[in-house]
Amino acid sequence: MALIETPAGQDITEALVERVRTASSSQKPLRIVGGDTKRFYGRPVAGETLELTGHHGVLRYDPAELVITARGGTLLADIEALLARHGQQLPFEPPSFGPLATLGGTIAAGLAGPARIARGPVRDCVLGTRLLTGDGRVLKFGGEVMKNVAGFDVSRLLAGSLGILGVLLEVSLKVLPVARASRTLRRRVDEQGVIGLLGAVVQHGLPITGSFWSADELYVRLEGSPAGLDEVVPTIGGEILDESAAASLWHGVREQTHPYFASARPLWRLSLPATAAGAALLRADRVAFEWNGGQAWLSGVARQTIDLITRTAGGHATLFRRDDADHGTTGEVFAPLPASMLDLHRTVKRVFDPAGVLNPGRMYADL
Amino acid sequence: MAVDARLLSELGSVLGPGLLSTPAACVAYECDALTAHRHPPDLVALPTSVAQVQQIVRACHRHSVPVVARGSGTGLSGGALPVAGGLLLVLSRLNAILEVDPHRNLARVQPGVTNLAVSEAAAPYGLYYAPDPSSQVACSVGGNVAENSGGVHCLKYGLTVHNVLAVKLVTMAGELLTLGSETGEAPGLNLLAAVIGSEGLLGVVVEVTVRLLPIPRHVELLLAAFDDVGRCAEAVGQVIAAGIIPAGLEMMDAPAIRAAEAFAGCGYPLDAQALLLCEVDGLPADVDDELARARAVLEAAGATSVRVARDAEERSRMWSGRKSAFPAVGRLAPDYYCMDGTIPRRHLAAVLTQIATLSTTYRLDVANVFHAGDGNLHPLILFDAGKDGELERAERFGADILEACVAAGGTVTGEHGVGVEKLGPMCSQFGSAELEAFHALKLAFDPTGLLNPGKAVPTLARCADYGALRVHGGRLPHSNLPRF
Repeated sequence: MALIETPAGQDITEALVERVRTASSSQKPLRIVGGDTKRFYGRPVAGETLELTGHHGVLRYDPAELVITARGGTLLADIEALLARHGQQLPFEPPSFGPLATLGGTIAAGLAGPARIARGPVRDCVLGTRLLTGDGRVLKFGGEVMKNVAGFDVSRLLAGSLGILGVLLEVSLKVLPVARASRTLRRRVDEQGVIGLLGAVVQHGLPITGSFWSADELYVRLEGSPAGLDEVVPTIGGEILDESAAASLWHGVREQTHPYFASARPLWRLSLPATAAGAALLRADRVAFEWNGGQAWLSGVARQTIDLITRTAGGHATLFRRDDADHGTTGEVFAPLPASMLDLHRTVKRVFDPAGVLNPGRMYADL
Repeated sequence: MAVDARLLSELGSVLGPGLLSTPAACVAYECDALTAHRHPPDLVALPTSVAQVQQIVRACHRHSVPVVARGSGTGLSGGALPVAGGLLLVLSRLNAILEVDPHRNLARVQPGVTNLAVSEAAAPYGLYYAPDPSSQVACSVGGNVAENSGGVHCLKYGLTVHNVLAVKLVTMAGELLTLGSETGEAPGLNLLAAVIGSEGLLGVVVEVTVRLLPIPRHVELLLAAFDDVGRCAEAVGQVIAAGIIPAGLEMMDAPAIRAAEAFAGCGYPLDAQALLLCEVDGLPADVDDELARARAVLEAAGATSVRVARDAEERSRMWSGRKSAFPAVGRLAPDYYCMDGTIPRRHLAAVLTQIATLSTTYRLDVANVFHAGDGNLHPLILFDAGKDGELERAERFGADILEACVAAGGTVTGEHGVGVEKLGPMCSQFGSAELEAFHALKLAFDPTGLLNPGKAVPTLARCADYGALRVHGGRLPHSNLPRF
């Protein structure tokens, strides 16, 4: 048990601080960019590019600690490969949307893949960060230990913050061992039966680490020991996919290369109470869902229909991918905040980015 | 300090008998479970509705009176210690379980509901609430949110922050905000994460939605004895390196083992220098598989004996020693002082050795019983407050332990919070810039600074004093600060 030797990488903190200070004093907005693989996500930002790819390298990784610390510009693919060599993984199975995705962008976007139902959202794994604020301060929050209640949990606040509070210079994440075995089942089931089926399976405490339903086909991934899986597979039934077909399916779901997403424009993402997914399914034909109904995808649907669904079912909607025609417009893509919450967002933003130069407008207009 | 008569009458009309203002009535609330610090409150409010909470904080806001929220008062760091001239907002009467939904696997509760009551309400549906601090019989869910409480099952099931989906928060201005949602995510910034563990500095939590989990189908508990503390500590990392994530992985040293055995008769090996309790849960076949692998790792790591509890009855007896370890150790001396640092697991053996050395230096005994899987130490320093200078010696010993935790790359508090107790050690862990950012974040939520003032985040002036007291290796922390 010891720290794993990794290449030194490159530390460009000083240059980044200089750029941010200049931008701050001249009030010129910056667009923070890692691999720019998630440019489509959120609202467009007008600003000079602040490149993070030159700031890379794994700083500390000790598999026995279940913790990895790396610079923000480190390639997600490099981190995943390093973890895999030691039988570990990022718990939240993030999408990369391209080979150049970086760790910083992954945490800032806050997007999780199929395993979120079992292993939690991005913020659950964030243990510590080194942050470059909008006025050029370098602050260190959290750390590399599992339990830490010293100071406000700014590190977890940064998960999903879309760069509006600061530049992620370093991130420490909790990692987990890869399961001993995995089985993916495919079963035909219509929209009437699917939510009930998944609900019953969850109540049973079955180790589901992924579920995807589209076009009357349900895929469920179970993980555990080989003997344990043999025991529970019949509970769900259906056909077991071979290893490569299963890997390709979950990759397609996570990266949105699955045929469902092929022509999905505009693509809406709904975060729903799992039991309410039925309401979403009834109102649209172009629908798919994950997370046992907790995350639904809808395409080719008008904003009014989306609003109606979230009003009746609860949850909230995000315009995940805009129409090509939509590109560059200033329309909101995230669900609107109540006025008091928006005010609070503004004051919190000012704590970290007083001049408002980091990714302005990426999350909401005027934020 | 005299209470403003207008405030008194405003609060009286809101609360009626739920307002305490005589010294005799208020004295019961003079401290939380950190009893070394006491301050009788001038006013105690016991609201029974969210609307009352809003009216109370609005009145205090108008009169610039500080507000300290309190749940059950089981906190170990003085987070609910009353402040001079302030009102103590006791939330224990907001104790309704509003909803248990077995289909959505969640419960919506008021902040005064006890931690254990949530699991009890969920049990008929085969569900439970995972965080289980040792005070779970008494501690409140609102207090758990304030402290981001843990328990013995954190390594696998997380802390409060991993198990809370949403909270309703009353700001000092009296506004009611909802943070998070029952889906576990909400648009905008993840402010819920900042509020959990914020020790009542950002707002008053008046409703909590928690995630419920299915009760594990099968549980096994293994007890491994070691004749050497260091070997036992090394074994912790080896279990995890083998890809096993136990539901609980707890360690006790010889003084703790003997005290627990004498107290609870739990069948611990009295000749052991250290023991590990390793619990695995899940599907029966998965549990059998993990148990076999854990046993092999522990035997290879030099355990002198490895025993699996035969049945639920023996399992509960084996846990009873661990769970009663604090009171058991409490019988060894008139007083004990419980520390809460967390360190990377690879430094467990070294830091335990440092603690043993400090024990000799300070001439005070120490017992260790802690969440080894999380690297979360709980050294219990034994002392007698009746003896001249022993409390001060115990506090200095404790502060040295926390310094050692920070030096090992850890933190001064894993789950008990900073409160008033660890304001000094916070100066070692954070620089001035971070502390200033914390103060600014507090003011973003509470521009008047009236909510639980003086807790959780030290002022820079205090750190300057603390630094002057503790100079290590000639390096003065916060050397850029003026001294006064």
